[in-house]
Order: sequence, then C-alpha cells, then structure tokens
Amino acid sequence: MNRILATAISEFRIAFRNRWVSIATGMMVLFALVLAAAGSAPTGDVGVDRLSVTVASLTSLAVYLVPLLTLLMSFDALAGEVERGTLPLLLTYPVSRLQILLGKLLAHLAILALAVGFGFGAAALVAVRSDPDAIAGLASLWRLIWSSVLLGATFLGAGYTLSALARRPSGAAGLAVAVWLVAVVLYDLALLALIVSDAGGAFTTQVLPIALLANPADAFRVFNLSAASAVAAAGGIGGAANSIPLWQSAASLLLWPLASVALATAAFQKVTL
Amino acid sequence: MTPTLTISRLTKRFQSLEALKDVSLALEPGKRAALLGHNGAGKSTIMKIVLGLIPFESGEVRVCGARPGSSEARAKVAYLPENVAFHPALTGEEQLRHYLSLRGERPSRAMELLARVGLLHAARRRIGTYSKGMRQRVGLAQTLIGHPRLLVLDEPTSGLDPVSRRDFYELLDGLAADGTAILLSSHVLTEVEARTDRILILSGGELVAEGTLADLRTRAALPIVLLVRPAAGHAAALATAFPLGIQGKDGVLRIACDQSDKLPLLAGVAALGHQVADLDVIPPSLEDIYSHFSRRDGQ
Repeated sequence: MNRILATAISEFRIAFRNRWVSIATGMMVLFALVLAAAGSAPTGDVGVDRLSVTVASLTSLAVYLVPLLTLLMSFDALAGEVERGTLPLLLTYPVSRLQILLGKLLAHLAILALAVGFGFGAAALVAVRSDPDAIAGLASLWRLIWSSVLLGATFLGAGYTLSALARRPSGAAGLAVAVWLVAVVLYDLALLALIVSDAGGAFTTQVLPIALLANPADAFRVFNLSAASAVAAAGGIGGAANSIPLWQSAASLLLWPLASVALATAAFQKVTL
Repeated sequence: MTPTLTISRLTKRFQSLEALKDVSLALEPGKRAALLGHNGAGKSTIMKIVLGLIPFESGEVRVCGARPGSSEARAKVAYLPENVAFHPALTGEEQLRHYLSLRGERPSRAMELLARVGLLHAARRRIGTYSKGMRQRVGLAQTLIGHPRLLVLDEPTSGLDPVSRRDFYELLDGLAADGTAILLSSHVLTEVEARTDRILILSGGELVAEGTLADLRTRAALPIVLLVRPAAGHAAALATAFPLGIQGKDGVLRIACDQSDKLPLLAGVAALGHQVADLDVIPPSLEDIYSHFSRRDGQ
C-alpha cells in the first residue's frame, strides 16, 4: 500500500508540475459555470429545483469532458515511461506492475475528483445563490460527482491499456482520440440513427437498453438522469433512461472501471523491455 | 562463501539471434567484476536477465539464492541502467524520496544520499535542468538505497568527469568492503584495470575469458614492447645491435618480445652502456588483451 501511495504522490506531483491539475480544474469550472449561467433561463415551468436542472446539463457535459480529460491524462502514463527510458529501472524495484498502475490511477483519480468537485461545486453555488430551493438538488450533484469519478476510472484504465499497447506516446495519443470519438460521439450517433429508422420497434425496446449499458459513457448518462428527477429536462437519449432499472446502470458504472483496469494490468504485463 | 550471483549455462535467444551462449559465472560477496565486450556482445542482456527484466531460454540464474526478478531478489539488487533517465519534472530530492519509499526506506534520507554523490547543491532543482553527469549521479545515489547485496551497473561512469569517476570508484570500494558484489560494464578499460577484482570478456554472446588482469595477461602471452632511446650519435649503432627493432624518426627503437625473452633482452640493452639514453618497458595493455580475447584483430 505504501508503494502505491508513493507512486501516487510522485505522479500527482508530476501532473501538478505539468499543469494538469490546473488545466483540468480550470476547464471543468469554466464549462460548469457557462452551463449554470445558460441553464438559468428555462426554469420555473419544469417543476424541479434549479440545481437539478443544472445537474442534468452537467451530466451531458461530463459525458464528453470526463472521458476526454482522463484519456489525455493517461495515454502517456506507460508509453512515456517506455520512451523516456525510466521503466526498466522502475521495474527492478521491489514494486509490482499492478502497484505501479494503481499508484498512477490513484493520482489521476485525485486530479479528476478535484476538477469535478471544484467545477460542479461552482455550478452548484451559482444555482443555490439564485434559487435557495436548489439545496434539494445537492443529492443529485453528489451522485454526479462520484459517478464522474467512476466514469473517469473506466477511461483512465482504457488510456493505460492503449499506452501499454502502443508503447509510444504519439501512437497512444492517436488511439486515445479514436477511443474517445467512438465511445462518446459515434456510438451515440449510431444509436440515434438506429432509433430513428426503427421507429419504436424491437430495436428500441430490446437492443437499445443493452447497448446503452454496454457503453460506460451511456451508462453514466442513464444512471444520472434516471436517478435524478430531471429526466424531463434532459430529453434525447435520456428519454430511454426510463426503461432501464437504476441498479443496472449502477452496476455498469461500477463494473466498467474494474474491467478496464484489469485490461490495463494485462496489457502492462505484456510490455517487455 | 556462497556466491551472491550464480549463472550457469545461460542461453538467451532473440528470434534467430543467439545473444548468449552457455554463459557461466559466479560472483562472491565483496567482489567487483567488470564485463567487457563490444556493442552487441551481450553485456546488457546478461544484466537484464540478472535483474529479471527479460526471460531466458535455458540455464540457471540465482541472485542471492532467489529467482531473478522475484520480489526477494529485487529487494537485494540495485541497478544503474546505461543512460539512466528520470522524469524531468521532478527534483533530484523528490525522485530519490520516491525510490526510497519503493524500497520501504525513510524518504527523509534523500538528502543524505544526494550528499554522498555530491549533488546536495542541486537537490531542489528539477532533473530536467541537470547535466548528463548529474543525472548519472542521481542514478548512482539510487543504487545506494538500502543495503543492496548486488549492484548491477551498466556503463556507470559514462558522462562523468575524471574527478567524479575517481569518487565513484571510491564509493564502490566502500560498498565492496561491506560485502556488496558488483557487476559493472565499461568501455573505459584503464579504470576497469585498476578498480576491479575480475574481468569477464564477452564476445558474440560467449564468455571468452575470465580472470584477474594478471591471469589474462599471462594467458594471452602478448608481446612486451621495449622502447630504447639512443644517446646522441648512437642511433645507428643501436639499430645494428637489435636488428628486430623498428626505429622511429626520433631514433627511438621499438623492440617487441615474448615475456620469456624480456630479461635477456634487457641485459643486452644494459650491456650497451652509455649508448643508451633511456629505456621503457611497456606491458600489453588491457586494450591489447581485450582485443586478443574478443578476436577482432583478424584472428
């Protein structure tokens, strides 16, 4: 445990020096505030508090930003060590590859938690200031924060996997962008196209729920929207959230990080020197 | 005494290339052995196998009685890679604190280690601003963590200036005196000559020679060179007296002879009396011995 912690401290320090902490936090705060400000217009008639509406907007933001941020933080994690030539020495220390990976994960998760904590917290402050009833939405904000960290863990694991497989930071960066595009953008576009062409048929009722649970980003969106009382405010794919029981999206959210970190560990074990 | 490192009949293949062939060696506690060989002779490969970084096909390797790369072995072995690298964003102190924690030692010892390698003044600067020699010293400092039973040093003095090299070998002497076995590779043969107990010459993946420098010198039986400087006006007479010698432009006569002919030849030179101004006896250098065993000189 001490070795994991020592690795995490070192990684956090490096990320801090490379301004990852300030970039991530700054980005999250900026986008969250913009959303909070923009989201303050259409309220009142929805019948929910201001914060719950903001959380619905923040969920859509997090679906894009959290995977992007975590992939950017992680693609260099192992390939960078290989390229700098720091890995062989590290591997002669009495520390296992799993410990190294968990140390990096811990540091990157801490940075992500800081970023979403500050970002979403700022948005919450704005919401509560203009609408005291918004306190009622704090529970959904808290849920959004911890589920964002879980979503981030999934994509950190994916980033480490790519990093180990590519072995060169440039290659890993390309793969990371591709994963982000497919998982976050193209996947949903494809689902939307299928929903439209299916017009409420077997695909929409049978396959769509499974397809949403299979993608960690969609599972995250479904989980937050169905848990919050703001489904109506979200619309779009969020509408499908109604048909998926909460425990299923929660399970997907919890299992994905484990699967992706296991995958990363396996890929890291295969890295030879 | 039980050897710290034992390698028996080690063979390593990279696809069709046989990188190591049937290599056997043993290193006792407190002994310093130098691995010599051309680029690609297998020096780094042996080191990586001893460290457990790469697998091998056949043979047996034991490090402090354990399998190389096992956590037991890793706890007792320290490594300095060739061209050692660190993350440029960390300071020397932070990097060493990290390594200390990984070995279960107190991180607060970082400054003490940096002082031992003469880097105290730069401890709080980022490694990205260090020179190659300074990075090498950080590398050296991390090998001093804990009490390693075996040090594996790949080209440890590259990038160090002559004074730092001397300090470095003094550090090694201290460690060896405490019982640490040291396996190092170097291209600088003169320093290896003075500072190690044993020399191992690798060529094409085979261990072609092993022993002290004196052993190898006897076994190679290379010619000794006598340099005879004639007194003024006696250059021609000297050349006639030793027809086998080769006279240079400055008149200095260069005579090569076998070890067994050395004393008679010296007596002959001495007999010439005032005709000789000066005499130097040059034994075969480590370079010559190395070339002889690594068979690059057209053998």
